[in-house]
Amino acid sequence: MTATGIPLTAPTEKDVPSVFNRLRDWAVTVDHKQLGVMYIVFALGFLVVGGIEATLIRLQLAVANNHVVSAHAFNVLFTMHGTTMVFLVGMPILAGFANYLVPLQIGARDVAFPRLNSFGFWVTCFGGLLLNASFLTPALVGGAGGPDVGWFAYAPLTEPSYSPGKATDYWVIGLIIVGFGSIAGAVNIATTILSMRAPGMTLGRMPLYTWITLVVQCMILVAVSPLTAALILLLLDRALGAHFFDTQAGGSAVLWQHFFWIFGHPEVYVLMLPGFGFVSEIIPVFSRKVIFGYPVMVAATVAIGFISVSVWAHHMFSVGMSPAANTFFAISTGLVAIPTGIKLFNWLGTMWGGRIQLRTPMLFAIAFLIQFLVAGITGVMLAVVPFNWQLTDTYFVVAHFHFVLVGGLLFTIFAAVYYWYPKATGRMLSERLGKWHFWLFVIGFNLTFIPQHFAGMLGMPRRVYTFLPERGLEIWNLSSSIGVAFQLAGGACFVWNLIRSFRRGAAAGNDPWDAWTLEWATSSPPPVYNFAGLPMVGSRRPLWDLKHPEDPDWHYE
Amino acid sequence: MLTLQQAADTVSSIFAPVSTPAMKEASLARMVLALSLAVFVVVGGLVAYSVVRFRARPGEHASEPPQVYGSAQIEAAWTSVPVILVVILMLATGRVIHEVQAAPQPANAVEATIIGRQWWWEIRYPKLGVVTANELHVPVSDSLVRLPTYLTLESTDVAHSFWVPRVAGKTDLIPNRTNHMWVEPREAGTFLGQCAEYCGTQHTLMLLRIVAEPPAQFARWVEQQRQAAATAPADPVAAAGRRVFLGTVCASCHTVAGTAATGKSGPDLTHLMSRATIGSGAAPNVRDRLRAWVRNPDDLKHGVLMPAMQIDDQYVDQLVAYLLTLR
Amino acid sequence: MTAIPVSPATVPWTLPRRGPVAILFFILAESAIFAVFVSAYLYYIGRSLTGPTPREVLHFPVVMTVCLLSSSLTIHTAKRALARGATATFMRYWLATILLGAGFLYGTAREWYELIAVHHLTLRTNLFGSTYYALVGLHASHVIAGMGMLIIVAAFGLMRRVRAEHAERVDVISTYWHFVDVVWIVVVTVVYVVGR
Repeated sequence: MTATGIPLTAPTEKDVPSVFNRLRDWAVTVDHKQLGVMYIVFALGFLVVGGIEATLIRLQLAVANNHVVSAHAFNVLFTMHGTTMVFLVGMPILAGFANYLVPLQIGARDVAFPRLNSFGFWVTCFGGLLLNASFLTPALVGGAGGPDVGWFAYAPLTEPSYSPGKATDYWVIGLIIVGFGSIAGAVNIATTILSMRAPGMTLGRMPLYTWITLVVQCMILVAVSPLTAALILLLLDRALGAHFFDTQAGGSAVLWQHFFWIFGHPEVYVLMLPGFGFVSEIIPVFSRKVIFGYPVMVAATVAIGFISVSVWAHHMFSVGMSPAANTFFAISTGLVAIPTGIKLFNWLGTMWGGRIQLRTPMLFAIAFLIQFLVAGITGVMLAVVPFNWQLTDTYFVVAHFHFVLVGGLLFTIFAAVYYWYPKATGRMLSERLGKWHFWLFVIGFNLTFIPQHFAGMLGMPRRVYTFLPERGLEIWNLSSSIGVAFQLAGGACFVWNLIRSFRRGAAAGNDPWDAWTLEWATSSPPPVYNFAGLPMVGSRRPLWDLKHPEDPDWHYE
Repeated sequence: MLTLQQAADTVSSIFAPVSTPAMKEASLARMVLALSLAVFVVVGGLVAYSVVRFRARPGEHASEPPQVYGSAQIEAAWTSVPVILVVILMLATGRVIHEVQAAPQPANAVEATIIGRQWWWEIRYPKLGVVTANELHVPVSDSLVRLPTYLTLESTDVAHSFWVPRVAGKTDLIPNRTNHMWVEPREAGTFLGQCAEYCGTQHTLMLLRIVAEPPAQFARWVEQQRQAAATAPADPVAAAGRRVFLGTVCASCHTVAGTAATGKSGPDLTHLMSRATIGSGAAPNVRDRLRAWVRNPDDLKHGVLMPAMQIDDQYVDQLVAYLLTLR
Repeated sequence: MTAIPVSPATVPWTLPRRGPVAILFFILAESAIFAVFVSAYLYYIGRSLTGPTPREVLHFPVVMTVCLLSSSLTIHTAKRALARGATATFMRYWLATILLGAGFLYGTAREWYELIAVHHLTLRTNLFGSTYYALVGLHASHVIAGMGMLIIVAAFGLMRRVRAEHAERVDVISTYWHFVDVVWIVVVTVVYVVGR
């Protein structure tokens, strides 16, 4: 659409290969774009699985004393829902976006180690299948098999004496394997960013999404590894009779909690930060303004990365730590809110004075801003330790983290799909279906998760398969369950949009959004080699410089 | 099934505190909520305003708006406000942490030990010689004569968490570790709670109640709990039931003080009928529920660790008649 | 401030090489894994409910430590020899590294045999057994993985297929080997000094 002066090479026509050859091409590929799409498709598939698990949970909790599923089945459902959403949806979908976008944004031909990339994907696949194979294990007390230890698997509930049978072992081993995939991917992407940028693209000129991705990969290396280690220790307990978390032999249940949350807390930033990266690209383009305060955004991201490894025990305020320890973790948690808030203000500052186009990516980004504001505020509330003593392990926390991961992360993922789908496929997604998707999801998400704050404050703990009728919880649970219907409808619009637009969407061209980063300087979809020629990178917005030669960014940076 | 027949204030809001720790937590919570609401209104309002005010008007697409790259002063301004808010919150947090966690135990405090077990609460008052289950009785405290109850929290199996929202924030019961908390109800009543740390299949039905009584009434309750069970009930059916109880496996898991039953795996049944529920809240403690429980506990609490004893119905009736005498 | 745009051809543009960068990131992740095993070891010192205790059964592994630490010197020498094209010197020192690594593993095997057969200490005996075998075993498995890589390169070397242009790849392996050595210093300190 816009004239960038880049010589474009359209993919050459050739005989259409057979279905078998096309599948084989995907199965053996080492191309980052294909692997990126594969990660995303894998994750969307498991989003459906996790969504079914959530729907069953909410059906069971719609009214008091319900009997949709048994107690044991419910416990398996919430364990697998959490595990699936974090490890088989969140991590892979973000790995997919990173794989697809980073080489394009830095002007590289592929990632640093394409074969390691493929290894990482297939290992993740295998781990995911193993994890879900646990459903086939024989039941404990009738009903489906599957691990029922909760997604953070507190000891000693996970010890062989309290979780006999194989289901928990599938969970442990599946996650160890998925962890290897994450670590391999992180090494790859981090090395790519440091070693393969186009000439002129200094670290200070990288797109914010790429900067954030670099910080996230380092966090993965530092955070996922402790989980892998702790899972190995647990496996030694379960399989070989070790006593790491065996309280009967002097082992410590709290030690597991420390190890898990040293992973678990940075992990939620690993999940959320790429979402920040997406909106840091989308908000400027749809406000027609450069991001406000790029250096501060980078500094805030790095600060979040460092501080986030010091807050983990805010998940453990009811464990009985000393007042000094409780106060320390309260303060560090309060501190991490500051760079996060700064980022929000910078996005606001970008929109301010702009010319905002309310296309679908921007709608999701704006909803994200409000919903993430709520999430951040409830997070700070939870840092206030005495308040936390009432709210921890209740539906208030469930509401908080769903505001972060659904109202925050999932909304940014939707925004990212609408924004980059044209680049990957050459077709625009339907704006009409996009708006239906958006409104149904906004209504459904808020209807489900706002009431859960109140359920928590009224005494409803987490992980309960039912509740007493006279506890005042009924209206909140019923509304929460009704919201699911709207989200399912919105999700259906989304899937239909993806499928329909693949053949019938409007042609996108190189640069449908009039954007400024390098991925828009090549065709849609890009050729396998990504770039025939690269524009000179003299600033953070190479395409802005090309489109505005009279007023390039490097005058101001 | 899970309806409550006992008169109890059934809504357990953290904002209706009746005990000192919960009151301190609620007042801090109100301050935090007020600040949070203010932040949400201001920031959310600015976001909403910017979307409306700076929306692209038709015909504006030709030119780009002025590009603003940043401003050190603005960054400093909108950093300092969150810093100040966080400092205020953390000062208040530190103060209340200290007030609750480091509150010195007065000499006249009642002491109780709570032992978490899958899926019920063992309750002992070591200095008073009382052993019970699932219902914690404590005296009401008033500002003149403070009479808090200090709890020691332990677990024999997995992690649990003691939570009665109107009375105090939750504290975990963790095996191989001893935790402490205190409660101080300022009014009489029955307050509901439940386990708040996932502990296995029936975590949901590990319910809890705190019965706060005026000191004189509490003392009477203690006295009554210290009595051993009557030797032989007058009623022949109940007496037969007593023989069944002592002669079969019941005695190997349960204790009835004053008899040969000294089992420790299950709750102490000496004063079973003084409690409002059975199965730690699974059902109200009335004859037909009790009978159903004795026949097959799994029907009332699926997965419970007490097995069905496969006892003939006539013996079940005798057992129930006996249990009903254990006041 | 204004920057005069220059065409990419004239901009001196060198980025860090991807091999060394990748191994450093990998070492970052591995360090985190070892940190967890070390923390567990340190936390559980003195907390076993039954014996045997470290003091009763552990002897400071002098020979093993000397072997492993010298192997860092030999691998460093080998790498530098290859960089300047002295492939014969490279092979000698590379093989010496493998020998020293094998000596370390032999020492571990002997120590474990004694612990299991004589002192009846296994993973499941007590907390000391669990943490000891986990930590020392994790390290030993990394030595074995390193030995695997060393042997593969040695095989290529014996076929005269390793040349100066492979110096960077050999450097990556040697960085990993140095990491394994540094971890051993930590393990020895924690297990045989602090823990006893």
